[in-house]
Amino acid sequence: MEQVEVAAPSRKLTLPLWRLGLRKKRYLFIYSCLLIPLIFFIIVRVLPILYSFHVSFRQWDLLSQTKPFVGLSNYAAIFQDEVFVRTIRNTLIYVVAGVPGQLAVGLAIALLLQRIVRFRGFFRTVYFIPHITSVVAVSWVFRWILMKNGVANGVLLELGLPAQPFLYSPSQAVYWIIIAVIWQNIGFQMLVFLAGLENIPRLYYDAASIDGAGRWRKFIHITLPLLNPVLLFSIVIASIGFLQTFTQVLNMTAGGPLNSTNSIVLYIYNRAFKSFEMGQASAATVVLFLLILTLTILQLKVLNRKVEH
Amino acid sequence: MKKRSFYTLWATLLLGTVMLAGCAGANGGNKTDSSGPAKTSSYEKSNTTVSAEQPKEVTIEYWQYEFPAKVELINELIKQFEQEHPHITVKQTNFPYDQYNQKVATLVPAGKGPDVINLYYGWLPKYVSSGYLQPLPESEFPAADIEEHFFPFVETAKLGGKYYALPTGVRTLGLYYNKDLFTKAGLDPAKPPTTWEELVEYAKQLTERDSKGQFVIEGFAWEPGSQLHHWFRDGLLYQAGGQDTSEDRKRILWNESPAGLEAFKYLIDFAKEHKVGINGFYTDDANAFKTGHAAINVDGSYRLGSLRKDAPDLNYAIAPLPAYKNKSTQASFWANAIPSTVKDEKLAAATEFLKFLTSKGVQEQWVERIGELPAQKEVALQDKYVNDEFLGAFIAQLPDGRAHFFIDETQERTLFIEAVDQVLLTNVPIDKAFAELVAKTQKLYDDYWSKQGN
Amino acid sequence: MSKTAQPGLVWKRKTGITGDRYAIIWVSYILLALGLIFMVFPFLWMIATSLKSPQEIYSLSLIPSAPAWENYATLFSGTAFGRWIVNSFIVAVLTTISVCFFDTVIGYVLAKFNFHGKKIIYLLILSTLMVPTEMLIIPWFLYAVNFGWVDTYWGVMFPGVISAFGIFLMKQFMESVPSDLLDAARIDGMGEWGILVRIVVPLVRSAVATLCILSFLGNWNAFIWPLIVTQTEEMFTIPVGMAFFSSEARDSSNWVQIMTGATVSVLPLIIVFLLFQKQIVRGIATTGMK
Repeated sequence: MEQVEVAAPSRKLTLPLWRLGLRKKRYLFIYSCLLIPLIFFIIVRVLPILYSFHVSFRQWDLLSQTKPFVGLSNYAAIFQDEVFVRTIRNTLIYVVAGVPGQLAVGLAIALLLQRIVRFRGFFRTVYFIPHITSVVAVSWVFRWILMKNGVANGVLLELGLPAQPFLYSPSQAVYWIIIAVIWQNIGFQMLVFLAGLENIPRLYYDAASIDGAGRWRKFIHITLPLLNPVLLFSIVIASIGFLQTFTQVLNMTAGGPLNSTNSIVLYIYNRAFKSFEMGQASAATVVLFLLILTLTILQLKVLNRKVEH
Repeated sequence: MKKRSFYTLWATLLLGTVMLAGCAGANGGNKTDSSGPAKTSSYEKSNTTVSAEQPKEVTIEYWQYEFPAKVELINELIKQFEQEHPHITVKQTNFPYDQYNQKVATLVPAGKGPDVINLYYGWLPKYVSSGYLQPLPESEFPAADIEEHFFPFVETAKLGGKYYALPTGVRTLGLYYNKDLFTKAGLDPAKPPTTWEELVEYAKQLTERDSKGQFVIEGFAWEPGSQLHHWFRDGLLYQAGGQDTSEDRKRILWNESPAGLEAFKYLIDFAKEHKVGINGFYTDDANAFKTGHAAINVDGSYRLGSLRKDAPDLNYAIAPLPAYKNKSTQASFWANAIPSTVKDEKLAAATEFLKFLTSKGVQEQWVERIGELPAQKEVALQDKYVNDEFLGAFIAQLPDGRAHFFIDETQERTLFIEAVDQVLLTNVPIDKAFAELVAKTQKLYDDYWSKQGN
Repeated sequence: MSKTAQPGLVWKRKTGITGDRYAIIWVSYILLALGLIFMVFPFLWMIATSLKSPQEIYSLSLIPSAPAWENYATLFSGTAFGRWIVNSFIVAVLTTISVCFFDTVIGYVLAKFNFHGKKIIYLLILSTLMVPTEMLIIPWFLYAVNFGWVDTYWGVMFPGVISAFGIFLMKQFMESVPSDLLDAARIDGMGEWGILVRIVVPLVRSAVATLCILSFLGNWNAFIWPLIVTQTEEMFTIPVGMAFFSSEARDSSNWVQIMTGATVSVLPLIIVFLLFQKQIVRGIATTGMK
């Protein structure tokens, strides 16, 4: 890792060293580009987040004026709440099943689209359409389809198969929500991969063909490594997204049955705006934040190292 | 040169942003801060005309959730009220039902708030314990008066010995039944079930399944997430001889006598033993009934409006809830309250408006337009309402109505649904699931009351 | 392409590949078409439901017996739906312009320069994605009240004028731009700004187009913050207005209404997307790397 850090700057900074004025200019460029965005992020994002962290040490009934300091008791309260522990477990299911699913399907479709010429625009448009719809509407459509006597069960029965409980089953529901999320994200994922694939120079493939490399080898040795920045982006964003699964759960199952689909963000939402326990909601937010932060740093470290190889 | 163009771009963007903010700010100022200038002007007036007799101009804000009929009627009522009180202007604001609490709660820390707010009675304890509401002025709303004129369950709005809110209209649960389906099943539509046993018998006869064993018609619409929780706590439990909470509302008494478990088992057995209904059938109970796929449903009087609108051809009637050892039904209401930040002339105006909203005349308009029952005994029990084809059954039950106490509406309902799901989906024995439900609900109450002690 | 100049030589090799390639193309089409059914069905079902009468909505047929166009009429009459579409458009377009500008610049700086504090700034920006919006609305609303932004377009837009997501996206894409190319331009005496506009942006055009679309969609469909910050019906965006349809008594007529509203909220987007579709195609076609 040390090596990487030293190596990278030296490669990129060789030129500015060649004239000092240029280097200064460049620093000016960098910082002037970053100034407004940084101020923006600090005011609009970071301060509110810190505020939220601050509240996690206070008992704040959202409707009241007082916020007495209570130390870590909000944290103790949520970790004693079996529902919260359950939501952490569920949230990990969302990530472990959802992220690979979304990436695999998105990449598969992007690769398939690359192979064809005719109707490419048509397919791309249609695959993207689900991403256009609002999450709330999609959740309702899925609920509508998966209802006990909805069209999905209608088709199953027509085919002579047993009707399924879908969202009413503690073992199935969580996966149907994941499917709904993936269904909606395929368009996004596909678009990102397509843009990534377009950036891979044809030259490399042609060179590999001359070397007699098969499809699979080309995929492993050219496509994947050159797609790495995009892959890394997709993994991190998909993980953050699945760790914050919320709207679909709220609108499809409201966390049930038996908390089998309840997610951390839904728990936070209910604590904050149904029970008005802002302190506990903030404590859960801090836990979620740390969870995402750890995972993201881990992903950046592990996957970034790979690209250097 | 290039750098300059870069900075020009930045500057333009910045300027644009600032200008946008500026315009927006000016706009917003006009719209949202209408109370601001009004306040200062009235303040100036009070300085200059200290001894003037005439009442000062006041604008108050009324918040309620979006329900088209209610919004419309309130707008008309405001006009009536403003004619009677020319110095008061009332502004109505509405929020979507699903996000009502969230919107209110977000606006409160920023100091935005109404002068009269419409709240579900089950939310009152939370709003009161946080100090958000002030008790209704005792001089204008004496407790003794309220208890004399209003139905007894309105007492749920009395917290710590003081009334914090009063309803215009109230609702009770009744037994909706589909007359055509009764006839089809060979039952007499003029004789709805009146006892627990009859309800089960009827439901069995009304249930219809296809060759694959799927429901075609539910004998009894069964949706724990809808009204069943209320039916259990205020209906079945008392009917079986039990009690919801202790007098001081600190202890859950469902498990004190066998009545609790009996009621819980009775409720679950519709789905588990008799298999006459299931959750999620045609979305939910109300839908299944409306589309003619459920023969009987326990639902509130507030459903009348949408039935009239969406299913004008549905041939149905309403009966009082079947009884067991006692008669009892669930009553509920949306009540109007005054936040504690409201003071002086605004408080006086808010009080006037509240008095107007709970008056007999308004309650009559309310029942006729909204279908919610008058909260005052003498208004509700008039012949024209008691004998009404649809309202009659609900009105007749008002004296038996109970509105159970809530610590946390969402959580209490969720716990109930969980207990039911445990029995149904994971085969947990009924008594075990029930004991757990009682313990968990009791814990909610303990937490709430221990905080009150501080 | 130029290889076809020697037909005789290439022919043999080509036929060898062609059979194989044909099979692969056919399989690709079949797989894509199968997936299409899965992607399109919920969408079609939504539209079908929106055109059914309340009596018919539970039937399994995809084509309503008599399309109930009045569902759409009811939606537009009595609500300010037209106004909401305009609002959503204004908010989404302005935010998208801002996001695309800022995120491209920041993404470039983070991808192609090394400077003190880069990692920290990068992580700080990324970390803002890690807290759910629901927890930020209270502080945001405090800002909005204090600055008089309540019930204004700027109030709806301000939290989203720069997006951390977009910065991350642009940074990742710009990392694949060869540094040699930039250095060459520098040697040619091109300024940093010129390099960004003339060399980098054209190279990552498809990524910029992607960001535009995603940003537009995100703002078009944003719900919770616009709900909090708007007060009057004239300022609602479509999702906020739609929320007013669900009431205490959820009804079967609501299924129709929800599906109708969802359909209507999607149609303008499909139009926008079809417009942008061309942009992307062009963007990709002119990419210098192909």
